[in-house]
Amino acid sequence: MISAIAEYRGVIVGTIFIALIVGLIAAWIYGRKIIRTEKTDAVFGNPERALGGWYWVFAGVASILLIWFYFSWDAARSFFPDAANELCQVAKVESAMNPVRSTFPIQSRLLKGTSLLARDNLQLDLLDKRLLRSKFTDDEKATYGAAVGKLRAALTSLALPANFSEQTANDIQSIADRIDAVTASLADPNFPGQAEPAEQAAAQAQAGWGESSTEVPIKPTSDRGRKFDQVAKEISTIAKDFSKVRNLSDDFKATVAELNAEIKTLQQEVTDSALEADEKESRVKFIRQIGKLTKRIDDGTVFPPSALDPVEGAVRRFEAEKSNQKGGLNYIDALAMPAGTIVAGNTACSEQGSGRWLPKPSDTLGTLVRISNPDVGFKGIPLLWYEQKPVAEMVGFFIPDWVADLVPGEYPRHQEDGQINENLKTRVLNVATGNFPSITVPVPMGHIWDSILRVLAGLFLGIILGVPLGLFMGLSRFAKGFFDPLIELYRPVPPLAWAPLILTIFGIQDDGKIFLLFMVAFAIMVISARTGATGTQLSKIHAAHSLGASRRQIIKEVILPNSLPEILTGIRISIGVCWGTLVAAEMLAGTTGIGFVENVARKQSDYEIIWVTIILLGVLGLLFDLIMRWIITRTIPWRGKG
Amino acid sequence: MSDLVASSLDMTFSAPNGESVHALQNVNFTLKEGELLSVLGPSGCGKTTLLNIIAGFLRPTGGSIKLNNTEIDGPGVERGMVFQQGALFEWLTVAENVNFGLRMKKNNKKETAAKVEEWLEIVGLQGFGETPTYQLSGGMQQRVALARCLINDPDLILMDEPLGALDALTREKMQSLVLKIWKETGKTIMIITHSVEEALLLGERLFVMAPRPGRLHKEYNLPFAEMGLQGDLREIKNDPQFVSNREEILSMIWNMEEEIMGKSN
Repeated sequence: MISAIAEYRGVIVGTIFIALIVGLIAAWIYGRKIIRTEKTDAVFGNPERALGGWYWVFAGVASILLIWFYFSWDAARSFFPDAANELCQVAKVESAMNPVRSTFPIQSRLLKGTSLLARDNLQLDLLDKRLLRSKFTDDEKATYGAAVGKLRAALTSLALPANFSEQTANDIQSIADRIDAVTASLADPNFPGQAEPAEQAAAQAQAGWGESSTEVPIKPTSDRGRKFDQVAKEISTIAKDFSKVRNLSDDFKATVAELNAEIKTLQQEVTDSALEADEKESRVKFIRQIGKLTKRIDDGTVFPPSALDPVEGAVRRFEAEKSNQKGGLNYIDALAMPAGTIVAGNTACSEQGSGRWLPKPSDTLGTLVRISNPDVGFKGIPLLWYEQKPVAEMVGFFIPDWVADLVPGEYPRHQEDGQINENLKTRVLNVATGNFPSITVPVPMGHIWDSILRVLAGLFLGIILGVPLGLFMGLSRFAKGFFDPLIELYRPVPPLAWAPLILTIFGIQDDGKIFLLFMVAFAIMVISARTGATGTQLSKIHAAHSLGASRRQIIKEVILPNSLPEILTGIRISIGVCWGTLVAAEMLAGTTGIGFVENVARKQSDYEIIWVTIILLGVLGLLFDLIMRWIITRTIPWRGKG
Repeated sequence: MSDLVASSLDMTFSAPNGESVHALQNVNFTLKEGELLSVLGPSGCGKTTLLNIIAGFLRPTGGSIKLNNTEIDGPGVERGMVFQQGALFEWLTVAENVNFGLRMKKNNKKETAAKVEEWLEIVGLQGFGETPTYQLSGGMQQRVALARCLINDPDLILMDEPLGALDALTREKMQSLVLKIWKETGKTIMIITHSVEEALLLGERLFVMAPRPGRLHKEYNLPFAEMGLQGDLREIKNDPQFVSNREEILSMIWNMEEEIMGKSN
């Protein structure tokens, strides 16, 4: 059944998406209508205006889901299942054309040659200034200044059309012609002709968008895709050839060689001179700077201002035709895949943007269903399942082993024939350690169960120890004064600050985490119970005394029930804080639990599982709170009415 | 004899800043069994302090207070209390509130249930046993408080402005109820109130207390409680003697209040 759902995933997501839009609009219209008719809405500020309004709840939920469907590109995948593959081919063209296009002011502000000239001239100016400020002799200044001037002249000469060789101009024209030819084939509706059957089969065999680890299939599946794929290959060759075109005239090469030789001589002169070591160093440093700048310009990437115009024109024509051929894809890319696009890598295309880190709702649900399967689970452990456990194990857990030590007598020694005679002491020990045959019962287990169990265990300990101490502190000046420093010393420390210490002392398994949660719950329970006890009305205590209640009876019958609202609120807060602390503690260390799952998923950058754990944590936290709210309304209906 | 005897009672509170307040000075009186006493006075005259001493919630700084010839030391079942706001245990039902004292004594459950039924009927709350107390009106809550106190069969009933928070109509009904209970049970009752009419109506004896230091100012012996057992309370209020007493006490308290204002200004 699950595979059938996966097959119709697109249809299901599309239907839900449209249903949500319709529902949102309907809820909105209904809500607006109610505003006009409801009489409580007549007076602004009437608190009753905030009551009710399930339709706004629906509108809110629908909005969140719509945003999720939209920004995770799940809607795009549902409505335009082939768009990603075609955009992948377009992305290939983009990355093939990129080295050529980046030469021209198409997506950048300046022609590449212009910015190179500006940058190199700035460096030369800086050299001139440094030379002026230096403590070199006048002769040295003149010599070095001449070298800098020569370099500047060589750089400037590159931009001069007169120095531009006809051969290079021809090369550039040929590149432009080749790009135009590709543009023409892009416009040709028959290009690139029928696909080879083998090629077609290979394309069809690819996993669909988001179906495997490769997010977007790389081989083209549609005619339009094949066209872009082919164009990308041709553009890639042209771009390679274009990168080889250099503005290197014979004069320029000669000048550069001369400069290099001169720099070498100058360096040698300084090394051979009788100057101090630090004076030598400053001169060598300066000469090396000239050498560096020479190397920077000697590749001839600066052309005369209009020399590359043919290629620029061809690129612009190509880009226009590409956009034209993309057609509707332009809109799908911009509107259906917000905050990002498809990018091409060497071996795969992938989603880049919100679609990457925000998994699609359908995929997230699929992952949840997949790892909910107890045979799959996560790291070999189910999320929530059951196992058969012998009753003996539980008995052994709850009965401490030292009970056997209390039984009179000695533990038996083995006899000479190797036999061991059991006596009462060994039999008690067997029971205490759970070493006896027993029936097995189903017991819950798994990551979710482990997390819940830890919270409940920590909370339980916190309640049974914290509430009595809190009541005691609320009733006795000694207890309040004596224990207050203890509580106030550790309570303000964020629980996670204790985690490294506690986990070291008690181990990274359950013990450490339960103790950490106990510390959290204990402080909260002590404070709530204390507040509850001190809040008891004196007249109620007086009444109980007059009715003949003993101290113990007053605590049990008056102070405890009177503190119950505070205690239950404390439990509710404790659960929330424990839940948050637990997940972080599980991330620090451990081998099970929801926090552990999320931490492993983080290391593997598995965004779907990260979102599954986030959703699970939210739902479970909400569930705990709802249960507590239900318990509170059931057990203390008198609250606020006393 | 279950007399309440106060002899030269003295109570001084010392505040942390060193000032001390003389709440009671040389209070002497004897309350015989079956008497109905109301205590009246301007605020700050120490009437609640007196009640708390008798209840055992406070220890006097001087003098002695004896019930049945034994010195009062701490609260006890033989002195029942009814508070202004009822002080009911709102987490319990009406019946559980009423049987609280008997439960604390671990009485027989069947007997207790029968007694609760009996007392709920006397205070006019039959059928309300299972109702949570927070659902009751103020008057009904006071009826529960009365029943809760009386079921313990105390020798002395102390009431601290028991009807102060009730509306006029409910108040009148409750006054009749108190008189009825007094008559039927023959208990010694001491009521503290700030309403002159109530003090006159419910007091066989009436103490008017004066403030700074708190002391007994004047004592009356009144016929109205007896009259109220037979007649209509509203008629008694129009009785010429009732009116003259009321005016006398009102002007007495008025003067005391004026004096206090003068002192503090």
